[in-house]
Amino acid sequence: MTLLAMLLLPLIAAALSVLPRMRPAAPAFTVVSSATALILACQTALRITAGASAVTFRGLLSVDGLGVLIVCLVSLVATTAAVYSWGYMRITSAQQPARLRLYYANYNLFVFAMLAIPMVVEPTLVWIFVELTTLTSALLVSFENTQVALEAAWKYVALSLMGAAIALLGFLVLFAALQAAGGEPYTWEGLTRAAPRMPPALLKTAFALILAGLGTKVGLVPLHTWLPDAHSQAPSPVCALLSGIETTSVLYVILRLLPMLDASHFSGVRNCVVIFGLISVGVAAFLLLQVRDYKRLFAFSTVEHMGIILVAAGLASEAAHYGAMYQILSHTVTKSFCFFAAGAAVLTVTTREIAAVRGLVRSSPAAAASLLLGGLAIAGAPPLSVFVSEFLILKAGLAEGRYVVVGFLTLFIGIAFFGVLLHINRMVFGRRSDGSPSFRAESPPGAAARVAERPTGLPHTCGLILLLGGALVVLLGVYLPSPLHELLRLASHGLQR
Amino acid sequence: MSDPPFTAALESLNALAGGLFLLTAFAIVATRQTRSCLLLFIAQSLLLATSAFVLSVQHQSLHLAAVGIVNLVSKPIVIPWILRRTLSAEVYARREIDQVLNIPTSLLIALALAVLAYFLTLPILEGVAPQFRSANVPIGVAGLLLGAYTLTVRREAVPMLIGILAMENGAFFAGIALSRELPLIVELAVASDGLVLVFVTGVLVRAIQQRIGSTRVGELISLREESAPDAVAE
Repeated sequence: MTLLAMLLLPLIAAALSVLPRMRPAAPAFTVVSSATALILACQTALRITAGASAVTFRGLLSVDGLGVLIVCLVSLVATTAAVYSWGYMRITSAQQPARLRLYYANYNLFVFAMLAIPMVVEPTLVWIFVELTTLTSALLVSFENTQVALEAAWKYVALSLMGAAIALLGFLVLFAALQAAGGEPYTWEGLTRAAPRMPPALLKTAFALILAGLGTKVGLVPLHTWLPDAHSQAPSPVCALLSGIETTSVLYVILRLLPMLDASHFSGVRNCVVIFGLISVGVAAFLLLQVRDYKRLFAFSTVEHMGIILVAAGLASEAAHYGAMYQILSHTVTKSFCFFAAGAAVLTVTTREIAAVRGLVRSSPAAAASLLLGGLAIAGAPPLSVFVSEFLILKAGLAEGRYVVVGFLTLFIGIAFFGVLLHINRMVFGRRSDGSPSFRAESPPGAAARVAERPTGLPHTCGLILLLGGALVVLLGVYLPSPLHELLRLASHGLQR
Repeated sequence: MSDPPFTAALESLNALAGGLFLLTAFAIVATRQTRSCLLLFIAQSLLLATSAFVLSVQHQSLHLAAVGIVNLVSKPIVIPWILRRTLSAEVYARREIDQVLNIPTSLLIALALAVLAYFLTLPILEGVAPQFRSANVPIGVAGLLLGAYTLTVRREAVPMLIGILAMENGAFFAGIALSRELPLIVELAVASDGLVLVFVTGVLVRAIQQRIGSTRVGELISLREESAPDAVAE
């Protein structure tokens, strides 16, 4: 019942946002529905950590440890991004308030689709909700209606849908494999039970198709090309959702397949997953060095982190899987904060170009401080949470004796650390070569032209979210509450047989 | 069912549908006119529905008949209607003069992809029960690959969209040949998902047309790492 309520809340909010008379209240509905969903999600998580093996609703919806972790994170980012949107969108779309209806309707539908992915038990329905996340977020990516935003949205839709069609065949082959094994329902659990009896050729083909297809949506190299475009051109709260949690919730579907492959003893598949992950981490680390746009910087860092999670999930030990779950948590919290910080910077300097922003700490201390914290946190500086999770993964890798993997991973993480902080440091503390300390205001690219008369101060809701988000980023690095630890431990069981 | 000529007729009908399905996939790669692309897609969906009906009789499965009916209603009727509502008629009259590759080269690559699809599906066919071993699986996978290829070489938005839809057709063509009890709710949801897909992309393409004055989305290449962001400012 709780699960159904969580799914209905965003749908109701979406319906209310569409009504013309409700327009001024749409942000409030969105915040209330997301916050209620967050409370319900935490409640469900507590029930699971207290010992319930799974919370289900009539055999249609069900969450276990891994599922409820994703549900909690989706509703967390949905809530913070909704509060952030309230102030942010009012400023950025001050000239077309009517379009806000479209924004909030799509926003809630997007949240609905993401919440449904970990809840729905039937894999083909999961595929449909993955597809719906693309379709509902496409118009959010193109929301600013500039040429570049439309281009990004088109690339996003075309590549994601191409991947989805490949994954669809994968799911149909998986279903055929299940029927060949016979006797089990078409759910994740049934699949895992039936896996040892499935024809190996079918299972392997299905996994390859789903990995390639959904890997496009997750942003795994070589099919990542749309990701930095879409994740940088969307309005900042949407970027926080896309980069912070959407990629992870799709990655969740791939992670669900791993226990099945273990069950049929393909030792090679986990190695394949590790190699895929390492390639993503490596390519993203080098691309990070040469970005020109600070939102793209964070977008490439998402590709890197998805790779790290995949590597950790591909390792065999329980400790590595715990690290993967910790990484999912820390990435979501930190990356969404990074995009909130980037949004604050966009509001104050009206450009996304790294080269145009110098000495932000002197012109806008709040944006500079959050950008610096976000940069440090996402790059993995101790004692923040990304550092802890990456450290756990490396340690687990060493304990397993995977020295080559750990070596490459450390190298790439190091390069990415350098890349992120190089750019952030220049933006925050750098001086312009002509000596003027502030940003270059005369070159507004893209969207900036129509927002030239923006007030420079941050809206209150944005400031609030930056404060809360920053506190959460710091806190999770030094202190992990015991229910949360238990939740991560239970979630990591979802990666094992 | 026991009547041998009837079974043989069904099998040849299925084979005919499969052959024509592959042919439409090739034709979508080679056609320049947007309107003919759409007509070819409709023909392809009808062939998919035919194959679903034939398989439903062969395997005596109501689910597959439902797949056929859903395809018959949604793809040839509703999808073109949505496209017509969201996009202006001018888009259909377009001819694509230059694709990324010229058409003979394209067709050669498409042929290579079809052969590749055959070899890719050999292990699948070895894994399934004998009654599912048919030419439909390699043909469907070929349809999927050719759709993806259409998506890469086209520059106009609507033919690209049709490439995506053709990929889904291919996936279904192979998928329904592999198993018989696909849950109905899934089929309904997939079909409605196709409608949402067409609606959203249609709205997006209209926005692109209004903003940029063209639907040649293949020429939108300003978002790159190398080019300076100043180049994209309007």
